[in-house]
Amino acid sequence: MRAFRFESLTLPPNAEMMRKKVRAFLDDERAHGRYAAHRTSWATFDPEFSRRAATAGFIGMTWPRQYGGGEYSNLERFVVTEEMLAAGAPGGAHWIADRQSGPQILRHGSERARELILPRIAAGECYFGIGMSEPDSGSDLAAVRTKAEKCENGWVVNGAKIWTSNAHRVHYLIVLARTEPPGQDRHAGLSQFIVDTASKGVEIRPILNLAGGHEFNEVFFRNCFVPEDMMIGKPGEGWTRVTGELAFERAGPDRFMSDIRLLVELVKKVGCAPSERQAIEIGRFVAHFAALRRMSSSIAGLLERGESPITEAALVKDVGTAFEREIPEIVRKLLPVEASLDDDDEYSQALAHVLLHAPSFTIRGGTPEILRGMIARGLGLR
Amino acid sequence: MEDMSVIVVEQADRLFQQHVNKNILADADDGKWAASLWAALEDAGLPLALVPEAAGGVGLAASVVASLIRRAAFYSVPLPLAETMIASRLWVDAGGDVLDGAVTLAPVNPQDRLTVVENGSGVTLSGTAHHVPWGVQAPTTLVFARDASGKGFLCRVLSAQLRPNKPRRNVAYEPRDEMHFDGVQLHAGDVRPAPDDLNKDGLMAFGAAIRVQQMIGGMERCLDYALTYANERIQFGRPIGKFQAIQHMLAVAAGHFAAASATADALFESERLGDDDFAVAIAKSRCGEAAGQVAAVCHQVHGAMGFTQEHPLHFSTRRLWAWRDEWGAESYWQERVGRKICASGGEGLWPLLADRKDSTVAA
Repeated sequence: MRAFRFESLTLPPNAEMMRKKVRAFLDDERAHGRYAAHRTSWATFDPEFSRRAATAGFIGMTWPRQYGGGEYSNLERFVVTEEMLAAGAPGGAHWIADRQSGPQILRHGSERARELILPRIAAGECYFGIGMSEPDSGSDLAAVRTKAEKCENGWVVNGAKIWTSNAHRVHYLIVLARTEPPGQDRHAGLSQFIVDTASKGVEIRPILNLAGGHEFNEVFFRNCFVPEDMMIGKPGEGWTRVTGELAFERAGPDRFMSDIRLLVELVKKVGCAPSERQAIEIGRFVAHFAALRRMSSSIAGLLERGESPITEAALVKDVGTAFEREIPEIVRKLLPVEASLDDDDEYSQALAHVLLHAPSFTIRGGTPEILRGMIARGLGLR
Repeated sequence: MEDMSVIVVEQADRLFQQHVNKNILADADDGKWAASLWAALEDAGLPLALVPEAAGGVGLAASVVASLIRRAAFYSVPLPLAETMIASRLWVDAGGDVLDGAVTLAPVNPQDRLTVVENGSGVTLSGTAHHVPWGVQAPTTLVFARDASGKGFLCRVLSAQLRPNKPRRNVAYEPRDEMHFDGVQLHAGDVRPAPDDLNKDGLMAFGAAIRVQQMIGGMERCLDYALTYANERIQFGRPIGKFQAIQHMLAVAAGHFAAASATADALFESERLGDDDFAVAIAKSRCGEAAGQVAAVCHQVHGAMGFTQEHPLHFSTRRLWAWRDEWGAESYWQERVGRKICASGGEGLWPLLADRKDSTVAA
């Protein structure tokens, strides 16, 4: 069998040192009541928190110092990420920029883009959104119709993106656009651009999600000018760039820790003398969680070595988000407490928050239906 | 793994491949002891793989021994090789000499409690152990028993010392015998205080640790069969593996296998695979669940053919169904982990997982 590689990895001492540092920071945040962990997650947009996290050195950690980074390893960053998630930290403002847009610009962006943008991301002041999906192109990403045409000193972008989280409050989107008409190879002729959301010709319309939140948007580009040096990579490299970006996006602990705070509240509520059934289900969650944590840290190790484990990342996301989806479905049967949006009970609120957000776990960043196709290809079935 | 270790595993793989065929497995299903295969395993030094060189063993690292157990399980080696590996090591660690021949372990079932009472020149054993692997056929059984004060002992019991035991089989047709120890007299030299870590929970974690490694090998074999079959079997004019429904089932199974492997790999960090019972609890829970899912998917892919004795899939799936229940099914270990977590409190959940040092799930 063509097995997928998830070599065991022991976190080095410097990563465990970093754990102490980030815990001290997060303990201080919570001691001062700066956020309510049972109602927040990595998707919670809180620029104040992001600025404080940046000041403490937790954004752009792996980047070179010349761009505001900390030159730490991917494993130190991994530890910071999982600690933020475990603490329910509201990292939504900087999350995308730190996780994938920044690394993408660092690897493939122009020198001017790096100098202009990376230090501001690392300062917790500059945020990104993902410009991949379109009204007629969701899972079928290669079908994007947004066009970028060459003009003097740059490109002119026309088209529309949708499901663009935080477009109304981020500074840039990385937009996948067609720079050549679709031909035989549908993955050819695509390119990635950094688009300033304040540019002329960008219009942003809100789409409310079922939880009542405004994260989604529809974004229209009408003759929007993008300077030459805001292209990522070379013309036509878009598909390679976008799949490489997804390796960063898919394998992190945010793909199985979205509802870790619900588990914390569950354990608090159950108390120190669980019933047999409660103990068994909590133990099962922990076993699943421990497996995912090892797989994810293994991928952090591969990224550290400069590899791009695209299929393995897809597998972690598929297994991880299936687990995230299962948590509220099982948790709700372990206690006779109904989910409530505004009950004082923190468990009840956490359950409500997770129930309303759970459908997105297996949609954002690629659906299981797409991921399983990639895994099947890796298994030699396609 | 180091180069030398890779060679050791490859050699063993060739040995298993050469010796284990459908006839051997069918004979084993009929209850025959695979004597020539056992002799070949002994010639290759495999039973003593985990015993340190200084004590007369081969002294392989836990990760290499785990790979050997996985390969043996991949081929469904119908012998207590893994049991002998771990029993030999535990007995040597307790100060005993290297044991000859195949050695099995008792008890297996968490509810079976065996006891020792001291008498003049040795001890008297009592109790019944169910589901003991090859209990009748293995010449030696390493028994964990406690005295009245709860202190644990390892006892070397020769099958000749026992009353007739009741042969029983698990769903893989592997011998899982009922053994009666009441009144068995042992000399002082055959009874040794158990190493400290066994006092927590006896053999449970060590037995579970070998079943974990075996499940990985068994799942890999099942997936191998299923992927091959999906690419060969033509329906509606194309290989069934081209259908999205089949692809997705196999992708899900591959996810279970990868997650299970990650927890099984975690056991390499302990010298005897079973020393860290928290890691064992997690691995036995995750692998047991995965084993059921992988077996189900692989059967579904094979259709009616997989439900016959003509296709070898059943040799692997029947073992997975048995192994996941032995030395504690998922629920046994999950409950222990759950109780440990609850005892640490909600805010203790994360530190317990992230910083885990020397924590145990023993009750």
